Amino acid sequence: MLRAFLKKGDVISGAVLAALGVFIITQALAWDYYTLDGPGPGFFPFWYGVAMVVLSLLLVLNAARTDSDGDKAGVDWPATGRAMTVWLAFALSVGLMDFLGFLISFALLAFFLVAVIFRRPFTTAAVVAVMSALAFHLIFPVALSVSLPTGPFGF
Amino acid sequence: MEIASGLLHGFAVALQPGNVFWCFVGCLLGTIVGILPGLGPAATIALLLPLTFKMDPAGGIIMLAGIYYGAKYGGSTTSILLNIPGESSSVVTCLDGYQMARKGRAGAALGIAAIASFVAGTVGVIGLTLVAPPVAAFALSFSSPEYFALMCLGLALVVLLSGTSLLKGLLSLLLGLWLTSIGTDLFTAQSRFIFGQATLLGGIDFMVVAIGVFAIGEVMSSVEAGEEAKVLPVPRGFRNLLPNAEELKACRFAFLNGSITGFLVGCLPGGGATISSFIAYGIEKAVSKHPEQFGKGAPEGVAAPEGANNADTGGALVPLLTLGIPSGGSTAIMLSALVLWGVKPGPLMMQESPDVFWGLVASMYIGNVVLLILNLPLVPLFAQILRLPVYVLFPVIFGISIVGAYGASGRIFDLGLLVGFGLLGYAMSKLKYPSAPLILGFVLGDAMERALRQSLMMSQGDLMTLVQRPISAIMLSLALVILLIPLFGWFNRLRVRAITENG
Repeated sequence: MLRAFLKKGDVISGAVLAALGVFIITQALAWDYYTLDGPGPGFFPFWYGVAMVVLSLLLVLNAARTDSDGDKAGVDWPATGRAMTVWLAFALSVGLMDFLGFLISFALLAFFLVAVIFRRPFTTAAVVAVMSALAFHLIFPVALSVSLPTGPFGF
Repeated sequence: MEIASGLLHGFAVALQPGNVFWCFVGCLLGTIVGILPGLGPAATIALLLPLTFKMDPAGGIIMLAGIYYGAKYGGSTTSILLNIPGESSSVVTCLDGYQMARKGRAGAALGIAAIASFVAGTVGVIGLTLVAPPVAAFALSFSSPEYFALMCLGLALVVLLSGTSLLKGLLSLLLGLWLTSIGTDLFTAQSRFIFGQATLLGGIDFMVVAIGVFAIGEVMSSVEAGEEAKVLPVPRGFRNLLPNAEELKACRFAFLNGSITGFLVGCLPGGGATISSFIAYGIEKAVSKHPEQFGKGAPEGVAAPEGANNADTGGALVPLLTLGIPSGGSTAIMLSALVLWGVKPGPLMMQESPDVFWGLVASMYIGNVVLLILNLPLVPLFAQILRLPVYVLFPVIFGISIVGAYGASGRIFDLGLLVGFGLLGYAMSKLKYPSAPLILGFVLGDAMERALRQSLMMSQGDLMTLVQRPISAIMLSLALVILLIPLFGWFNRLRVRAITENG
């Protein structure tokens, strides 16, 4: 199961990296490859771009050539979904930080993680969210003068 | 004589009350991080780096180094009591450590791990003290071609040893090189890969990449695993933590083996504590009179890998401090910390920043004593950390990640990048792309490009300059050999077995 997933993943990631390599080469070609003073800004990126295209194509070819021994393709979707939900929540809280500030956005993230991801009672989630957000606020902006994003309420 | 006076100066720096305090804080944090599965030393150093910006460089690096080697001490506690490695370098300790604990010898296993860590950690620092000055003196003759070749060699070793797929290691490295190219070219002021974003002109902050790939990536992988294990009880009382005479006698050779193997492997870029612990375990089993006991609770099976992963620290600091070449993720972050403080690791560091160099070396002697105290009588207390619910720990890691990424620049844009690099770290872990080459490529990319371009400027574009100088020719040949030998089936099978058996 793992091997089949990796095989599929290798093909996709290899294709993505090959595309990135092509992008790097085209960008590098737009800059000076060599100047009177020596190698230009396009020199180094051109060569690692070429290496990236070659190696990622080799990865795709290798994956396509390898026999998966009849393993059924499959990913532990519930587990992956849980990890991706955490990531989405994190991305959303970062998006909200510009409007709500660190304290509220982080408290919302912590509440979501405890209540939804770890399936703890709402009261536990609320306590963890409020206490951890307050602790961060007191330690960083207040005690250590480390600036954090602020919202309409000034925190 | 020069070494002795340098070391004395180092102790004068390290024994200043402030630096003793930072050494203790580093060791304490390292132990806690080592015990907690799911949060590694690289992630912790990256997370705490912004807080050290206002610190004195000597105090800052003493604390970061304390986290680095302290985590290796703490990692064994989780391996022995939970059969889950707290750190990747403690994977091998699970084999015999957990079996000893199941037989009611948890205290002795923890004691052996702490003693082995102390002995080998101290031997590693002695090795660093003696080896670093001659290596630095030798490196004084290096010019741009030698530095370029050295970085190629270091990166080749990292790629060779960091994952089962050489292709993926190389691609990870190239991704790091690309990410570090983003921004303004230092030679011509040409902007590169900025996608029309003026905020990218200054490049991507190292911390954002390190925290995203290590901390957020690790948290996502841990959430995915989502399993909670049962902790075996730690016997109370100091006496119950001491191994008996028979166990100590069995470990005599293992202490020595772990010390020497760990230091030598640690000196190699990419070697790392994980590989050294595996090799030391392999040697121990090969020379043992009763190899059949390994995996069933042999005390030597705990002492050898635990010794090796601690002696590795001293070894890993040799290339970092004398050549400016980090050997893995944690040392790469320490390198960038030193650069941020205005300290330039390399052959002149001993002369230019003796307080930082010798202060760090001397602090490691002190740190090993601090860790022995923390990890012997206080281990039952630390074991309680394993009972900290993950639903409290994970939001805290997210919070520190946000503070770390935002604190460096004060830009919400960097938090957006953090989100992206978190996803990249998770995807890399899922698809078995090693993250160490990416981080090293990112850290060394600029210096590597500069060294190559300077070499070609000096030779007026003649690439042969790289192979006409003997030292650079030897290093480039070695790098080529390292990347080509996995093409031989038998070697690659050996390499893959070594890496996979390390988890």
